[in-house]
Amino acid sequence: MKGDVMNAFESEWISIGAVTDIPREGARCVDAGALRVAVFRTAEDDVYAIEDRCPHRGGPLSQGIVHGGCVTCPLHNMVIALDTGEAQGADEGHVTTFRTQVRDGIIFIAASDIASIAQTASAA
Amino acid sequence: MKQKLVVIGNGMAPGRMLEHLIEAAPDAYDVTIFNAEPRVNYDRIMLSPVLSGEKTFDEIVIHGDGWYVERGVTLYKGHKVVAIDRVAKTVTSEHGETVPYDKLVVATGSNPFIIPVPGHDLAGVLSYRDLDDVEAMLLAAQSREKAVVIGGGLLGLEAAAGLKERGMDVTVLHLMPTLMERQLDPSAGYLLQNELQKRGIKVITEAHTARILGEDKVTGVELKDGTVIDASLVVMAVGIRPNVALAKDAGLEVNRGIVCSPAMSTSDPDIFSVGECVEVEGQVYGLVAPLYEMAKVLAGHLSGDVSKAFAHSETPTRLKVTGINLYSAGDFAEGDDREEIVLRDATAGIYKRLVLKNDKIIGIVLYGETADGAWFYDLMKKSTDISEMRDTLIFGSAYKGGAPLDPTAAVAALPLDAEICGCNGICKGTIVEAITSKGLTSLDEVRAHTKASASCGTCTGLVEGLMAATLGDAFNPNAVKPMCGCTDLSHNDVRRLIKAKELKSIPALMQALEWKSSGGCAKCRPALNYYMVCDWPDEYADDYQSRFINERVHANIQKDGTYSVVPRMWGGQTSSAELRAIADCVDKFDIPTVKVTGGQRIDMLGIKKEDLPAVWADLGKAGFVSGHAYAKGLRTVKTCVGTDWCRFGTQDSTGLGVRIEKFMWGSWTPAKVKMAVSGCPRNCAEATCKDVGVICVDSGYEIHFAGAAGLDIKGTEILGNVKTEDEALEHIVAVVQMYREQGHYLERIYKWAKRIGVEEIRRQIMGDADARKAYFDRFVFSQTFAQVDPWDERVSGKDKHEFQPMATLSKLQAAE
Repeated sequence: MKGDVMNAFESEWISIGAVTDIPREGARCVDAGALRVAVFRTAEDDVYAIEDRCPHRGGPLSQGIVHGGCVTCPLHNMVIALDTGEAQGADEGHVTTFRTQVRDGIIFIAASDIASIAQTASAA
Repeated sequence: MKQKLVVIGNGMAPGRMLEHLIEAAPDAYDVTIFNAEPRVNYDRIMLSPVLSGEKTFDEIVIHGDGWYVERGVTLYKGHKVVAIDRVAKTVTSEHGETVPYDKLVVATGSNPFIIPVPGHDLAGVLSYRDLDDVEAMLLAAQSREKAVVIGGGLLGLEAAAGLKERGMDVTVLHLMPTLMERQLDPSAGYLLQNELQKRGIKVITEAHTARILGEDKVTGVELKDGTVIDASLVVMAVGIRPNVALAKDAGLEVNRGIVCSPAMSTSDPDIFSVGECVEVEGQVYGLVAPLYEMAKVLAGHLSGDVSKAFAHSETPTRLKVTGINLYSAGDFAEGDDREEIVLRDATAGIYKRLVLKNDKIIGIVLYGETADGAWFYDLMKKSTDISEMRDTLIFGSAYKGGAPLDPTAAVAALPLDAEICGCNGICKGTIVEAITSKGLTSLDEVRAHTKASASCGTCTGLVEGLMAATLGDAFNPNAVKPMCGCTDLSHNDVRRLIKAKELKSIPALMQALEWKSSGGCAKCRPALNYYMVCDWPDEYADDYQSRFINERVHANIQKDGTYSVVPRMWGGQTSSAELRAIADCVDKFDIPTVKVTGGQRIDMLGIKKEDLPAVWADLGKAGFVSGHAYAKGLRTVKTCVGTDWCRFGTQDSTGLGVRIEKFMWGSWTPAKVKMAVSGCPRNCAEATCKDVGVICVDSGYEIHFAGAAGLDIKGTEILGNVKTEDEALEHIVAVVQMYREQGHYLERIYKWAKRIGVEEIRRQIMGDADARKAYFDRFVFSQTFAQVDPWDERVSGKDKHEFQPMATLSKLQAAE
């Protein structure tokens, strides 16, 4: 499923690849123009998509260590909850989250979520 | 003229005696020791923690080989003495070595008592006495089969707990109605039995062993009532007998033990005795405190201080089974002239009983909560009249004055002459004096200076409390600092338990050690992954998702999310071909920055993640492998040009540096390891601020370690001098392996050395050739799995997913 140009936005959900394309407790990226989405797979095979950009100094969250339902940013160790996008502990910050669905092992991401953010990102 | 002192036996009592003697009169004697065991003096009472896996043999050694060498003591290991000729004044070993003496010390200890039932000599029937027994038990425990321990006393229960911890199905057979009946009253014995059964150890009391079953190997035990218990291992721990055969053959007066005066001399004025083989005033001893007292008395007499005499005293007993607290001392039998105070809390598993006679404590039994043991014991020893505090006595020192005290205050409330460490007879005043006069701040230092809590370790809590009371906030018991918020265990505990419980995956560890979070955190996961990689090199599958991004993609992440790449240049040497390949690579991939590093390498910065495999492919064609500039592992070995070019060079420093790097690259370590080799003491490679450094000198190689030049600046410590390059390599590899096995994750060598003690590291690496060789061999074994170039693997397709986006949504569509 790599590198496919998606026939997107015809339906509400865009397929981005198989769950097994992502290692357990790992992440991969989806490029959408200026926007980069990090798609995570937890130890329990839950899938979450958030913007690949730490609210602290813009670190690539997709490169962090995934533990439980959180990821730790590789640059300065801010911990982000994957489901809410909220910074954990004493830190403050928020990352944009994207709705996902898994059907028959294939991950789908909510098209409208991507579109609204991607527009802002490309306009910026 | 020096007198000749010969010591038969190398256990704890003669070892302690020699320590005192050499301190008091270093030049009085030429000392020769015969040890029937093929090893140095070790802490026999710590064999149980070795059996359960909480300690290693190295950690319980009291005197390493170096100790004997430094003091000019001749030690015959594995030499059993078979004859004493009192007329000629010589002793002869089984290997025919005959040595003359002026003074002789017989310290033959004791033998385990073997019940002479049929089958007692079958293979698989062991006693529990020395390291050989422990090793045989560990071997047997690998089967995970059934074991029977005969004897429910101190030793038997420690053996049972250890075997259970090692995964065996254990049954304890005890002749009496309750466990440890000599140290515990029936109530406490019953609580202990319940606790053991809760842990899965079966206990059968009033069990009379009829015979041990099996053809040529043990298969089970049959009791007199006909019950048969299957077992592939039987441990007999029913008691000990003084080993008096040699003394008896020599015509010395022998009763139950070798009969000695309170000055520790036998019936021959030139022959003395200490330890478990001794009988003095009708008593024989098996606990370490009185044996150390004998050692002190004898050392005094041998060094001319004849004022000392051995006197009987009660010794408190403790059981060394993790999680079970019991303490007993004195006489706790019932009697008409006696009264007792009892406190029971069944839910909390607490039982306390004090036996009183004429308003004085004469017996103490504590189970479950033993913190006040030292306080009660002190009242008993001093025969203090307790009638004033009788109402609250059982609640301990905290309630003496009415208001409750915290544990630190309880220690603070003890009088200065209260005994803290029973094994070594160290009282509170001695410890406080050492802490204040010598400025001690850590438990290890207090142990080193006073020996308090250095033997069985059960008084560690008291010593720590005393340090807290003496030092206030300056005391920080690092030992209990948890490794992260996911656990209460320290790095030390976790490393120990990984080995002891054979935890071979991160999920298994989190389950077994009751991790508080579901998947750990970014602090513990990389640490656990390293510990597993280090401890189980052939079995553990490296978990890349538990590695920090740099180690996962084998490059260094930069602040903008790009990466830097540092190829390995062995010993800092390069060539025109290599430089050309780097130049081509920089042009081809439009790499913005090229920089020379402090470790004599070239760093290419600003590479996009997607380009990494292609960059590595080009570098690989020129012969480059990963420089591991991103690794908690071996980084660089920096060198000067040495005898190749330099007019001052004394050795081939570049050659040695390259050799070390080629031998050690690819190894993972707790934190980064940077090395250097300088060809002469001018030290152009700056080896004296490295994790490990070598200064070449005319006569060989001076090996340094534990330097730092980062957050902290610290010159190295000298490990020692060796003559050949081969030896230099062996020593360096051994010290790094020791660090690999003991270091806490992210703890650099200098911090590890500070924690362990430079002396201890020297002792093992320089003073103990066997230990050094073992470290070396373990490193070599681990390298067979580690020396794979990670760049080449990734060029060949490994972890492809790391370097490509999962999907690309076209910008045009996204913007619609």
